[in-house]
Amino acid sequence: MMPTPETSPHIELRSLDELWFQVAGTVCNLTCHHCFISCSPRNHSFEFLSYDQVERTLRESLEYGVREYYFTGGEPFLNPDLTRMLIRTLDFGPTTVLTNGTVLQDDWLDRLRRAEQNSRYSLEFRVSIDGPSPDINDPIRGNGTFVRAMRGVSRLCRAGFLPIITMTQTWDDRQTGPILSRFRDILKQHGCDRPRLKILPRLKLGAEQQRTEGYGVTERVTPDMMRGFDRDQLLCHHSRIVTSRGVFVCPILIESPDARMGSDLSDSMQPFEMKHGACWTCWQYGTICTNTTWMKSPTVEARSS
Amino acid sequence: MKLALFGGIYSNALALTEAIRDARQRGADAMYCLGDLGAFGPHPDRVFPLLHEHDIACVQGNYDDSIGNERDDCQCGYTDPRDNHFAQISYDYTLARTSDAGKRWLRQLPREIRLSVDGLRILLCHGSPRRTNEFLWESTTSTAFLERLCRQADTDIIAGTHSGIHWMRRLSGGRCYVNAGVLGRPENDGKTNVWYAMLRTGPDADRSDRMSGRPAWSVDFVPVSYDFRQLAEQMRQESLPDEFIETILTGWWTTCLEILPSRERRAGRW
Repeated sequence: MMPTPETSPHIELRSLDELWFQVAGTVCNLTCHHCFISCSPRNHSFEFLSYDQVERTLRESLEYGVREYYFTGGEPFLNPDLTRMLIRTLDFGPTTVLTNGTVLQDDWLDRLRRAEQNSRYSLEFRVSIDGPSPDINDPIRGNGTFVRAMRGVSRLCRAGFLPIITMTQTWDDRQTGPILSRFRDILKQHGCDRPRLKILPRLKLGAEQQRTEGYGVTERVTPDMMRGFDRDQLLCHHSRIVTSRGVFVCPILIESPDARMGSDLSDSMQPFEMKHGACWTCWQYGTICTNTTWMKSPTVEARSS
Repeated sequence: MKLALFGGIYSNALALTEAIRDARQRGADAMYCLGDLGAFGPHPDRVFPLLHEHDIACVQGNYDDSIGNERDDCQCGYTDPRDNHFAQISYDYTLARTSDAGKRWLRQLPREIRLSVDGLRILLCHGSPRRTNEFLWESTTSTAFLERLCRQADTDIIAGTHSGIHWMRRLSGGRCYVNAGVLGRPENDGKTNVWYAMLRTGPDADRSDRMSGRPAWSVDFVPVSYDFRQLAEQMRQESLPDEFIETILTGWWTTCLEILPSRERRAGRW
């Protein structure tokens, strides 16, 4: 049966565990065909965040007891203040940056590595590469992007980081094993002796909606699906994202007006109505945006739920 | 008071025996286990009599909930296929060799233990106060977050385990988070010993910790040497994976690596 907006469940923000910064807005040097927010060099619907905005939000976040911070875009390293922002964030908590790896520079990475060594917290890099070879990656991310991104991975490893490679799955499930195995070998050849790989599902939004198809009307979360469901698996249960146009519920839905929760953290704490197709993908796969994977066990219920 | 806090035992009865002896020698007034009694090692039923005989109160870990209730898996929270493969071998072995009496006992363990000692409120849990299988790693847990957990749990000290590597952080207002480490396997540092934590409160705290005007506490992390070669031999006889045995013999983790944050991963060999 097709759910109507009235039957979409609401999800409360249990606590603000992860705080995201849409630090480069929707501006990216690449134009990936599966990008769920259609980032490109010309998409200025969301603009860069300034250093002062990030600093102010970090200070505000203390009272919420934020556990870790994430920086995304667009391509975060297009923001000229990013290195300084990441170094500052390491004073507050663990920090992760999601990059396409194609614009990294050695001097930035050396400074960041020193900052991490002086911090009690980790600095994680997640590099988006959609397969272990140009023939899988480049049709989606653009000609030559595999080679350029792998060069970025080598730079990260030389600087002493252990990047997490995230792949959006555009292949059949049966190919996953061989693809992972091949990618581990390739990464070792590029100086990454401890390959860390994370597979993401496709989100049928933005450019991906044009490339393949959008969500069907039945691909929605219903109240029944939330009964007994471990809500910790949903990012909206414990995260928010700060953008140039206010605070949104999650990094995936920033182009949906109803996903704007307020102008700053204090007015973004209300429940969210899970009426989007992307909510259904999150429900299926668990928290796909964070590094940590401890949520994947529905039988251990959170005490608060 | 001196409270010995044992993290995951993982069926390592040999290390538990040594830890009990060590804690007694140091004058422990009470001993607690923070859960995950089985896993990884051989002969899970050898752990229970030691806990009963020495009056060691236990918190229920995710493994204990799984074994006690005969669930499908250990609920450790891994997602990497290789990590899950080895976790399942260990879980199937432990489930098959835990007695019905052991399962009944595991089933009824509390999810947390609260103590009031020398003016301090202490909360013993497995992962975090809010979730049994939450990993709290030193490099990916902000101080502000730990402060919030203490506030929400209405406690001065939180003690947990689950992640397998000991650490602690002093918080504002004289509060503290302690991860006791584990007795079950070494800490991915190339050494074969395992660890537990001794929490000393009131007059047993260090002199410097007693000067603050607040209820006082100090934490010692205690290395425990035990006959790891004998454990490896027992594991071999039980046909447990070579990868587990290698960890016991070398002190380097060979499985469960993908869950580690980069800093903790870099500290290891693999």
